[in-house]
Amino acid sequence: MEQSLKRTPLYAEHRRAGAKMVEFAGWEMPVQYKGVIEEHLAVRARAGLFDVSHMGEIEVRGAGALDFCQRLTANDVARLKLFQAQYNLLLNEKGGVVDDVIIYRVKTDAYFICVNASNTDKDFAWLSKNASVDVEVDNQSALYAQLALQGPAAERILQPLTVAQLGEIKSFHFAFADVAAVRCLVARTGYTGEEGFELYCHAGDAERLWYALLKAGAPAGLLPIGLGARDTLRLEKAFPLYGHELDETITPLEAGLAWVTKLSKPSFFGREILLKQKADGTKRKLVGLELLEPGIARADYQLSKNGRNIGRVTSGTKSPTLGKAIALGYLSSEEAHIDNIIDVEIRGRKVPAKIVTLPFYRRGGAD
Amino acid sequence: MEFPQGLKYSKEHEWVLVDGNTATIGITEYAQEELGDIVYVELPDVGEKIVKDDPFGAVESVKAVSDVYAPVSGTVLEINDVLPDNPETINDDPYGDGWMIRVELSDKDDLKDLMDEEEYAEYVAQQKEEDDDEEDESDDEDEEEDEDK
Repeated sequence: MEQSLKRTPLYAEHRRAGAKMVEFAGWEMPVQYKGVIEEHLAVRARAGLFDVSHMGEIEVRGAGALDFCQRLTANDVARLKLFQAQYNLLLNEKGGVVDDVIIYRVKTDAYFICVNASNTDKDFAWLSKNASVDVEVDNQSALYAQLALQGPAAERILQPLTVAQLGEIKSFHFAFADVAAVRCLVARTGYTGEEGFELYCHAGDAERLWYALLKAGAPAGLLPIGLGARDTLRLEKAFPLYGHELDETITPLEAGLAWVTKLSKPSFFGREILLKQKADGTKRKLVGLELLEPGIARADYQLSKNGRNIGRVTSGTKSPTLGKAIALGYLSSEEAHIDNIIDVEIRGRKVPAKIVTLPFYRRGGAD
Repeated sequence: MEFPQGLKYSKEHEWVLVDGNTATIGITEYAQEELGDIVYVELPDVGEKIVKDDPFGAVESVKAVSDVYAPVSGTVLEINDVLPDNPETINDDPYGDGWMIRVELSDKDDLKDLMDEEEYAEYVAQQKEEDDDEEDESDDEDEEEDEDK
């Protein structure tokens, strides 16, 4: 079983650093180095470095690339200027989410799509199947490593390593630049709710880049961060995780991703169904929950009110930043209003929870 | 890693300290290390009966929930009141302040199935070795795959 797990170019580094390794989406990945809470708080207060090389990369190019992307996704890819990035969703014919992705416009008619590790093969097959003759779909996942440098100190750590003016790279923009003499795509994007960058480089350069970043960041308190804290960080910010908040049976309108779904686009997979859903309203909605009594909600726990089943939890944890048990879950729409109090069924016990506004955590401490 | 003398240990990584007819129960250093940061502990009520090999409570890390199995049968006399508000005490001091419950033994023969510190140390070493073996095997596999490419 374990023999077939894939490894990133940094596997040996993680083992050497004493990381605890776990299976995730077919990969053997570091779940923690020192401890999830310590790593989580380091990213919020200073900076953290993540190996996210398990993520897939698929390039779509050719004269028909824009039309192709428009047809298969929810967001408006035509808005992307060169060197701009966009959060987007691959949709199926029913408006369900095939994957949530970031699309980078790397050339006039070439789009670099970062996809979830668990979906890389599925996405590649889906894109290839639907490709027109004037589009080339290229699975480049094995070529690239990806490191994420996240936290308030990220820019201060990264700037001395590159001649690129990081201040000129705005949110959801990127540049091709050398970082510590390693050719990178440097994007101001992330999955933590903090300022930061995601760096794509050739797999063979990953070790050099990893060391250069850790060394440059040491004085600022940079730590390597495992998938455990990656999950708690994204959950506090209410970023969806595919397989939890999103899957092929869930539409973006149910998932609170109407802002990504540009129904004004003339034609794309699932558009008619989504238009109808928008007019009629969705039957269920993704909500944020805060538990009012001790306990922790976990994925697939039932949500109920007066003993009636009204939904389920999709992700839950104890928030290291807020010190409270928080969760995301789908709830029937009539119950999905802020301040409504419902029950989470935790191992045979009913624990009251309040529906709260998302995200749970916002940079700058407003929440 | 510590394996204090005089304690009895279960295969599910609980420890038992016997004093006459009462037993204090907690989880071992190995168990807390495997779990990581403990953020919530679920304990039975005083007076509740626990049954050997059945879950009597749970410990939760940020990542996951794990059952804690009763190493012996008995009636709960006392629970560690510190844990609800300070679950990380189990990480800090699993054999001391991080104890979980105290029970009155219903059958002292239950203790015969438990390991002493030497047996348990060996058992943990075996478990670690098994983990390493799996990793070594996958090392080989990976190399072969690489050559194929």
